[in-house]
Amino acid sequence: MLKEIWRHSLGLAGLSVVLLLVVVAVLAPFIAPYNPYAINVEHVLQPPSLAHLCGTDLLGRDVLSRLIYGARVSLEVGIIAVGISIAIGVVLGALAGYFGGLVDSLISRLIDIMLCFPSIFLILAVIAYLEPSIVNIMIVIGLTSWMGVARLVRAEFLSLKEREFVLAEKALGASAPRIIFYHILPNALHPILVSATLGVGSAILVESALSFLGLGVQPPTPSWGNMLTEGKETLEIAWWLSVFPGLAILLTVLAFNLLGEAIQELTDPRRKHR
Amino acid sequence: MTRWLTKRLLELILTFWGITIISFFIIHLAPGEPISPMADFNPKFTPEMRERLRAQYGLDKPLYIQYWRWLKGLASFDLGRSFAPDRRPVWEKIKERLPITLLINILSMAIIFFVAVPLGVASAVREGSLFDRITTVLVFVGYAMPGFWLALLLMLLFGIKWALLPISGIHSLMGYENLSLWEKCLDWARHLVLPVFVSAFGGLAGLSRFMRSTMIEVLRQDFIVTARAKGLPERVVIYKHALRNALLPAITILGLSIPGLVGGSVIFESIFSIPGVGQLMWQAVMARDYPVIMGNLVIVSVLTLLGNLLADICYALADPRIRLGRG
Repeated sequence: MLKEIWRHSLGLAGLSVVLLLVVVAVLAPFIAPYNPYAINVEHVLQPPSLAHLCGTDLLGRDVLSRLIYGARVSLEVGIIAVGISIAIGVVLGALAGYFGGLVDSLISRLIDIMLCFPSIFLILAVIAYLEPSIVNIMIVIGLTSWMGVARLVRAEFLSLKEREFVLAEKALGASAPRIIFYHILPNALHPILVSATLGVGSAILVESALSFLGLGVQPPTPSWGNMLTEGKETLEIAWWLSVFPGLAILLTVLAFNLLGEAIQELTDPRRKHR
Repeated sequence: MTRWLTKRLLELILTFWGITIISFFIIHLAPGEPISPMADFNPKFTPEMRERLRAQYGLDKPLYIQYWRWLKGLASFDLGRSFAPDRRPVWEKIKERLPITLLINILSMAIIFFVAVPLGVASAVREGSLFDRITTVLVFVGYAMPGFWLALLLMLLFGIKWALLPISGIHSLMGYENLSLWEKCLDWARHLVLPVFVSAFGGLAGLSRFMRSTMIEVLRQDFIVTARAKGLPERVVIYKHALRNALLPAITILGLSIPGLVGGSVIFESIFSIPGVGQLMWQAVMARDYPVIMGNLVIVSVLTLLGNLLADICYALADPRIRLGRG
């Protein structure tokens, strides 16, 4: 009993943080105490105070306001990148699982090949050609992170396609796309949802790492990653510039992971006892 | 075993071929051409010069011939020359940086294995206890921790606040030449502590969590009940009967974590200024040095492929069903 509560409280905590973030991101202009782009040379590198709760940066910009606008970037990149990877993963996984045979071998091999590339190297190689921008980052993260979903959907399809309700549909002459999307896919929704929730967390991690390396979201647009780049340069004199953005990333990713785990436990009876 | 190995090697060749195709595809993804960054920013570049350069790089040939040429070059480690002013061959640049990256990655894999496995087992055995809960929380935090932020925090604490460890490079810059061999090793070790720790941290969380759930599953099985019913001491049941079965999948997971680990090199090598392959990749991307970028991509993926093969072989050696050819 105690264990159940403990489990659910972690999931609830994750959910609350995610909801809070969404609200903050949507209402950023109304919540942020200052303009995140406003340079103020008289208030450079101020430590946290009542006027600036998270201090100010090298250009005197309010760190809290930049963090709030950074939430927009992180969520945007996380959600759209995951949308792309889910779309690719579902289609390829469904094709492989449903048709089997040569299609399956080809797609499975493509998954193996993609998994061999250390994804940061692959992402960097593509970014080098495309120029770093928010849109490109989303697309590239999406294009390099669909393999997990594809495997999962494939496995679900393999186990579902021989079931009676599918065979019945086939006998009735339903088309392949109809069976795939209308009859089998809905049964695989829960694991896809779990994987999407966890995926948002890891996409945010990748985006922040890229931005930190100067190859992601470009300044002056605030992103938690590129704020940390500045934090690194001022590590010795301004701890708040490296502590708060990192904390924001950690809490956000943690929240998505906890939420994902909770969804998994609630929807998958096989894992409930763990 | 032989049959299994042959099948695995065939797959390896196919995968390698796929890696080259995708890499080659990315090279030609560029709007413009691989030579345009050299040409576009150079006002002295005439159309004739561009044509000559195109011919020199073989860009006027059909795509499949270009691919074939590139593949032949790859076979003899000819990855072209860097666009950087030194114009050195790409393979030379990568070769001199490989050892340090490999060293750090192998060290961190060893740490991951020897810390995560006992941690996971201890959690599983005490499932639901306070210890288990604390490690579970730590594992979640470890999962979500951005490696580069962890690196910054450690630099802030160990490097600046307490001044215990150096935070950049792989050896001291001043007076390094005059140190004895032993002191040199010590100097290296001091420089490697933080990078190896950061590199191992993420994988630690993943493997210990995996180890925990596998152990819990194994501990529920009938043969464990039998072993306990026989009156075997709990220590033997856990370390001999259960752990052996739970370790097998852990080897696979460790193998699968290689790409992530190697990818992490880019991040911690650029933070700690370690002259490895990751830093080279980062610098190359910043400078749009395409031959170096592509060379890096191919070499690193091939290494990952070999790492996976190694993990598979370890698995096969550890699993009697495959070792004795009954798999």
